[in-house]
Amino acid sequence: MVGPGWTRRRAPPGAAPTMNCRAEVLEVSVEGRQVEEAMLAVLHTVLLHRSTGKFHYKKEGTYSIGTVGTQDVDCDFIDFAYVRVSSEELDRALRKAVGEFKDALRSSGSDGMGQISLEFYQKKKSRWPFSDECIPWELWTIKVNVVNLANEQERQICREKVGEKLCEKIINIVEVMNRHEYLPKMPTQSEVDNVFDTSLKDVQPYLYKISYQITDSLGTSVTTTMRRLIKDTLAL
Amino acid sequence: MDTDLSSQDRKDLDKFIKFFALKTVQVIVQARLGEKICTRSSSSPTGSDWFNLAIKDIPEVTHEAKKALAGQLPAVGRSMCVEISLKTSEGDSMELEIWCLEMNEKCDKEIKVSYTVYNRLSLLLKSLLAITRVTPAYRLSRKQGHEYVILYRIYFGEVQLSGLGEGFQTVRVGTVGTPVGTITLSCAYRINLAFMSTRQFERTPPIMGIIIDHFVDRPYPSSSPMHPCNYRAGEDNGAVYPSVEDSQEVCTTSFSTSPPSQLSSSRLSYQPAALGVGSADMGYPVLFAGGLNAAHPHQLLGPGKEGGVPPVPSQPAHGTQADQERMCTPLDGVHYSAATPSSSEDTETVSNSSEGKSGSPHDLLETIFIRKVGAFVNKPINQVNPPDSPETESPLQGSLHSEGSSGSSTGNTHDDFVMIDFKPAFSKDDILPMDLGTFYREFQNPPQLSSLSIDIGAQSMAEDLDSLPEKLAVHEKNVKEFDAFVETLQ
Repeated sequence: MVGPGWTRRRAPPGAAPTMNCRAEVLEVSVEGRQVEEAMLAVLHTVLLHRSTGKFHYKKEGTYSIGTVGTQDVDCDFIDFAYVRVSSEELDRALRKAVGEFKDALRSSGSDGMGQISLEFYQKKKSRWPFSDECIPWELWTIKVNVVNLANEQERQICREKVGEKLCEKIINIVEVMNRHEYLPKMPTQSEVDNVFDTSLKDVQPYLYKISYQITDSLGTSVTTTMRRLIKDTLAL
Repeated sequence: MDTDLSSQDRKDLDKFIKFFALKTVQVIVQARLGEKICTRSSSSPTGSDWFNLAIKDIPEVTHEAKKALAGQLPAVGRSMCVEISLKTSEGDSMELEIWCLEMNEKCDKEIKVSYTVYNRLSLLLKSLLAITRVTPAYRLSRKQGHEYVILYRIYFGEVQLSGLGEGFQTVRVGTVGTPVGTITLSCAYRINLAFMSTRQFERTPPIMGIIIDHFVDRPYPSSSPMHPCNYRAGEDNGAVYPSVEDSQEVCTTSFSTSPPSQLSSSRLSYQPAALGVGSADMGYPVLFAGGLNAAHPHQLLGPGKEGGVPPVPSQPAHGTQADQERMCTPLDGVHYSAATPSSSEDTETVSNSSEGKSGSPHDLLETIFIRKVGAFVNKPINQVNPPDSPETESPLQGSLHSEGSSGSSTGNTHDDFVMIDFKPAFSKDDILPMDLGTFYREFQNPPQLSSLSIDIGAQSMAEDLDSLPEKLAVHEKNVKEFDAFVETLQ
């Protein structure tokens, strides 16, 4: 059995799209049925740290912030539990993305390798006719390697091992978060949609997009980008 | 550049640290209750959710934390520690984790208290929520109830790690720099759980009715009592907590941005609680639901109104400039309680409870406590509910099920036995009950088919031939019916 495991390494500076974009890469080997839960655990943990309550702007330039609730999620195929933001909309959006990634992994057939990326970005308004620029400031990439296990005993060991590795990865994510590196500055009311996703009704994550790539057996990557519906596409 | 902390900033910082410490304890203890935690997001700020996070306040836990702090704050050499330990039904106990909230001397003079520190403390609490689920004690606490319970103890002072055994590991949750020092939150946890394998606890039957001794003698001079992380329903209903002497504090939820014409930036606005509103006769600092200004609960109020504040030109998060801020003061008075003059409980801890809006504080306590899982109630955690045995008079089925039923009534999974719903095809018939042996013997030697015996066969053949013409005549009569039937088939 290929040992399930995670490693984390910083992407080399040259690989970052812009100077200020922080990039973190996680690698994971999981069984096919664990892909969804493992991805959701990581994405939800990142978004827990990158979501605030809803902003309510008032006169005189003040704003108040709503409250973010949290809830525990138990995994069915991994001995693991994680905390996510209490927002059904956000959970649905992530599940949709991860579901598509999982289907693409499955239908790619051979090897079962791919990666899913969560990118946080800011919008910079440009004059007409140019469209707004999206400037990423943080990029999380999870590289997935799907392993096939022969028997139930191996699956049981995989459950526990992947659970332990996920614990390590949560610790790593938290470590990155608490470095207190660049975060977009708090926006005024007119600018809030350039920094935050205000479409959810109960929480407000930083603007993000999720994309994935599947590596086929030849090693070439077939890019399939799934873009989340965001306000600028509607504005056009 | 103003490097000295203004008195207002100092007060704010102390308040943030104090509530951060209280919320830290709540998160840790609630994560060891043994049940899944779920709080709701709210798009409208309630004013009672510190750090913009929905973290419920268990009154007993807050009380214990305040008792341990005794009016002090974590400082250099004075750490707030939450010790999580496991106690078996036989009385053995073992420390599992020590969570430490420490302060060191490394100061960040340029950081903005009201905005950056507050937001970073919020982030740190989120990290704590995540980390409390990944240490080994989390899984142990989810299985507590029968063989063991998880206890917590809060103490203040020097960190004591000796009870964790050899080779304990440390995980750092995070740090937040402030002008008076750097707050560090970390956890040291035991990894040598060899003699307390969780598997042991899954094999023995549940133990009922064990009385927890809340107060365990500790070898340390600064001993404080151990408390179970979960509650027995209805217990401590009558507990009366002494009134809190420090003032009621509202949490800060209003922020401000400079006018759009300026470069965007944000400041935190808040107001220290206006005390004694409507409660002068009670003598307790009490705030009523909806805040002082009921019509505009989150509006800026108070003498420090923002109107005259100069614009802030730089991004606070970078901490490159010290801004001349003024602390502005809204009142977010949603720390409420159903205060009655006779109550002497800690009203501050009654926030976030929607059930407490009316009614006595005792009812409130009752409501909160009843929602908790009892420590030793008649609900075995590891019970496997066997599938319903089909009611049958068959001794066959009865004998097959008897062992399984008695085994499952004790309620625990036995790895050696698995309950199978046995539905044998051959003995379902209630009219002819038989056991396996009889069935086997009978059908080992089946009787000859009657139609195969020659005599009977010949006899029936002759009868058939004789009756044939009659049958044919009948069929010919009904030809039309048959034709109609055939047509319906097409």
